[in-house]
Amino acid sequence: MIRTVWASLLLMALLLLVGAAAEPALAATDIIPASALIQPAQLASELKAAPPTILQVGFSKLYQQAHIPGAIYAGPTNSEAGLAALKDEAEKLPRGADIVIYCGCCPWNRCPNMDAAYTALKAMGFSRLRALYIANNFGQDWVDKGYPVVMGQ
Amino acid sequence: MHRRRFLMGAVAVGFGNTSVQALRKLTPGMIPPPFSRTGLDGKPVDLAAFKGKVVLIDFWASWCAPCVVTIPHFRDWQARWGGRGFQVIGISMDDSAAEARAAAARLGVNYPVVMGDAKLAIRYGGILGLPVEMLVGRDGRIVSVWHGETPPVIIEKAVRASLG
Repeated sequence: MIRTVWASLLLMALLLLVGAAAEPALAATDIIPASALIQPAQLASELKAAPPTILQVGFSKLYQQAHIPGAIYAGPTNSEAGLAALKDEAEKLPRGADIVIYCGCCPWNRCPNMDAAYTALKAMGFSRLRALYIANNFGQDWVDKGYPVVMGQ
Repeated sequence: MHRRRFLMGAVAVGFGNTSVQALRKLTPGMIPPPFSRTGLDGKPVDLAAFKGKVVLIDFWASWCAPCVVTIPHFRDWQARWGGRGFQVIGISMDDSAAEARAAAARLGVNYPVVMGDAKLAIRYGGILGLPVEMLVGRDGRIVSVWHGETPPVIIEKAVRASLG
């Protein structure tokens, strides 16, 4: 009996450890389907080989501190001005361009920018559009993981 | 706990294409970087002026839903414990002071708020997601840092302990 209890506790601990080490499960929004999401580790890997066009659609003070190498600032898309900036940048791209948008200002389900950016780019006809799934924020889910960043404008 | 591991170690990166700096996280026991700025109400706000008080520095923005939820707690604590040497200082990461001023008024903020920028944020270890709160003790040293959405009860417990 005691062995069974200890075995159960050990199994639970192992499951917790595995769960903690794994990336958080992708969570679609009402706008962005799960199939359009990309995890940070996957994007970091793609940066080494064939980087997509990356658009930071969040807030300028976040971008100025640190952003993904090559990312273009086009936001914040919670405002009309930010959406216009995004559309201006997107107009320069072929509709078949491989695009990843990201923000990371807030927890994923509280972000005020991603849904608006995704909707705008889809409406423009971009067919290869993905959204970087940042579960908590850019600091924890990208910088703290050791993925590459650059600072400045 | 994972919040406190945020920005573990220094991240060396190029800044402004001209120099190299590091995002070095601030941890308990360190002295927070000084700053002196004009508040949203036009009055000067100097961190050094609050030495001897228990200071809660809150990086926030009007567009940050978790921030907006937490601010009423800070407002209440300021009213309740201000006489015991407790002081909240808000640092807004909004793009414009007008947005911050409107949100502060809407939320009934009763403590000084200054505008933050990337340079100040980098000096504070990088504010790469909101909210970020930092509790500073009466000795001027950091007691705790919370990155991301944090239950107010956790911050309140630390504030109460620092007030004694």
